[in-house]
Amino acid sequence: MTDPTLAQTGLVVRREPVLIIGALSDIGRALARVYGREGYPLLLAARRVERLTSDIQDLTLRFGVPVGAVELDILDLAGQGAFLDALGCLPGTVICVVGLLGCQPEAEKSWIQTDLILRTNYVAPACLLGEIANRMQARGSGCVIGISSVAGDRGRASNYLYGSAKAGFTAFLSGLRNRLSRHGVKVMTIKPGFIDTRMTRGMTLPPFLTAQPAEVAEAIWKAQAHGRDVVYLRPVWRLIMLIIRLIPEVLFKKLEI
Amino acid sequence: MSESGASVRLSGWGRSRMALCHLLRPVTRDDAVNDGSATSSLIARGNGRSYGDASLNTAATLSTLRLDRLLAFDPADGLLTAEAGLLLSDLLALFVPRGWFPPVTPGTRFVTLGGMLATDAHGKNHHVDGSFGEHVRQFDLLCGDGVVRRCSRTQNVDLFRATIGGMGLTGTVLTVTLALRRIETPWILQETVRCRDLDETLAAFEAARSSPYSVAWIDCLAKGGGRGRALMYRGEHAPAAAVPTGTRAPRLVAEPPRLRVPVDFPGWFLNGRTVQAFNALYYHHGRPGSALIDYQRFFYPLDAIGDWNRFYGRRGFMQYQCVVPTAGGRGSLLRLLDLIAAGGSGSFLAVLKQFGACGPPGQGGLLSFPMAGYTLAVDFPTSAAALSLMREMDHVVADCGGRLYLAKDARMDPAMMSATYPDLDLFRGICRAVDPRRRYRSLLSERVAL
Repeated sequence: MTDPTLAQTGLVVRREPVLIIGALSDIGRALARVYGREGYPLLLAARRVERLTSDIQDLTLRFGVPVGAVELDILDLAGQGAFLDALGCLPGTVICVVGLLGCQPEAEKSWIQTDLILRTNYVAPACLLGEIANRMQARGSGCVIGISSVAGDRGRASNYLYGSAKAGFTAFLSGLRNRLSRHGVKVMTIKPGFIDTRMTRGMTLPPFLTAQPAEVAEAIWKAQAHGRDVVYLRPVWRLIMLIIRLIPEVLFKKLEI
Repeated sequence: MSESGASVRLSGWGRSRMALCHLLRPVTRDDAVNDGSATSSLIARGNGRSYGDASLNTAATLSTLRLDRLLAFDPADGLLTAEAGLLLSDLLALFVPRGWFPPVTPGTRFVTLGGMLATDAHGKNHHVDGSFGEHVRQFDLLCGDGVVRRCSRTQNVDLFRATIGGMGLTGTVLTVTLALRRIETPWILQETVRCRDLDETLAAFEAARSSPYSVAWIDCLAKGGGRGRALMYRGEHAPAAAVPTGTRAPRLVAEPPRLRVPVDFPGWFLNGRTVQAFNALYYHHGRPGSALIDYQRFFYPLDAIGDWNRFYGRRGFMQYQCVVPTAGGRGSLLRLLDLIAAGGSGSFLAVLKQFGACGPPGQGGLLSFPMAGYTLAVDFPTSAAALSLMREMDHVVADCGGRLYLAKDARMDPAMMSATYPDLDLFRGICRAVDPRRRYRSLLSERVAL
């Protein structure tokens, strides 16, 4: 498609497909743009897959890569196996962007909401990525990328239901990495701080600590290329969370942060 | 899914006016229709590169930046349909490697298609190819009555003409279809001409009539015999035969540059002396002759420095861009240059450009800025002296039948507006027909009583 006099051409590498779970989210969309640009065939999974039509058109026109869309309700645990079988192939990289912040004060009073937050952020992604990891282990290659959160590093009053689910997800990814590191399967934990997405819309966020979805997607792609294990986005969050984790509990329980 | 927005401090590129705006950021076309339906008034905003207050509305400002999908492209005729928030920088990064170029480009690539349509942007090729609107085949417009209308030269023609250059006041542009043009290489054959005064500069423009691109950087602070001295740049897309074999294609830069101005400079940084020194240096440094340069360097020299507007410090700056008709143009320009030189607070960026005729009458945008003549653009740091200087310049512009560019303006008054834009009533009538309550408003439209 491109002419060498018009653009610098690199080596043409055949890429294995990338599966993005939660492709309708702001980060999912940004990831599709980055991996598409890098020449990866894309598989986009979302609950309301019909909303992806214009994105598929866009990605195809932009990058000329194959783009497929698959319907997935990640909370339907029994249907996950069938979803993976229906993909037709096991992707080289799987990125899970699924997340639900929920409303903490309401969830405190509602087991239904609490259950939904825990299942969406932890149970369902753990089941799906666990099954994918098993299949990658059998194949002997692959990369699983989970988007967790700095909120999982220490529980705080303002979002501990979300945070505790993310803490579970972080521990899950850590264990999975430990188990699979000798089997050729790479597991990456991404811990974003604030990101300017629909999840945080309406909140007042400090601009220096708040990343844009496109920036997050670039950083994930770079981190994968460099073979990183745990990535904080923006990197300053590693320091912030270190300090927050170091505060003694006696003191921490009285703080409002 | 409609998301309620947040209040954000926004300004135009000149940063002379900040406003706390309720910012809506739809991700899909449906979001855009829903988000804007509940607000008392609103205006769409692209990448915030208009200089003044055109993209600000405190009640609701709808950012189109996430509506940036490509929807269709026909490699046979170069017709591209995309959502209005597509950045020109993205378009260039995607299509230059395939041998296509936008038909018209302004001096920065960090603008959206919707923004170029709403300002009827012009480029260095106006004298040959006209403004952006002339290359737009159709667009979808979400109007104030909630209806999405497709507009072209055969469908909703009035609305088509009102929207081109209409500063977003007819509605939110959702998609744009435009014709790209073929290029053989990403290189530009540039020729630099040094002109010692205004007569030489204007003669150089006449001589450059057949060049596809031409523009002059002009030293506004030169006095006496050197008034209007300039460096004129002419350019054309280099054919493949003009590029030495083995030349590597330029690196395409789609992202905002790494080199950015990190902080606001102190207000005194740009004063008459520093600018005068810079201008003299720049003028004498310019090398006459021809060169093969990267299209990005030719079209977007200032894009190489991120946030260059911060050079002007916290108070911001205003750009004065006017056009004066060809007849009597020389005299008008001399009067304007005299005023600027006497004021002593000119700028790095003073640009002179010749506009061509603007297509057949009764076809162009009702509020489009270009007219056959000369356009002069000068930056001033925001100050009381600059404001009164600009008022004096207004008289010269209005007296000769010229006008100011709404995309740059931050201070014109309603009298100047109605004296210089003849189709204003027609424009208002078309707006009212599709938006009976005139919900589409901006700080600009309120300021100049549009």
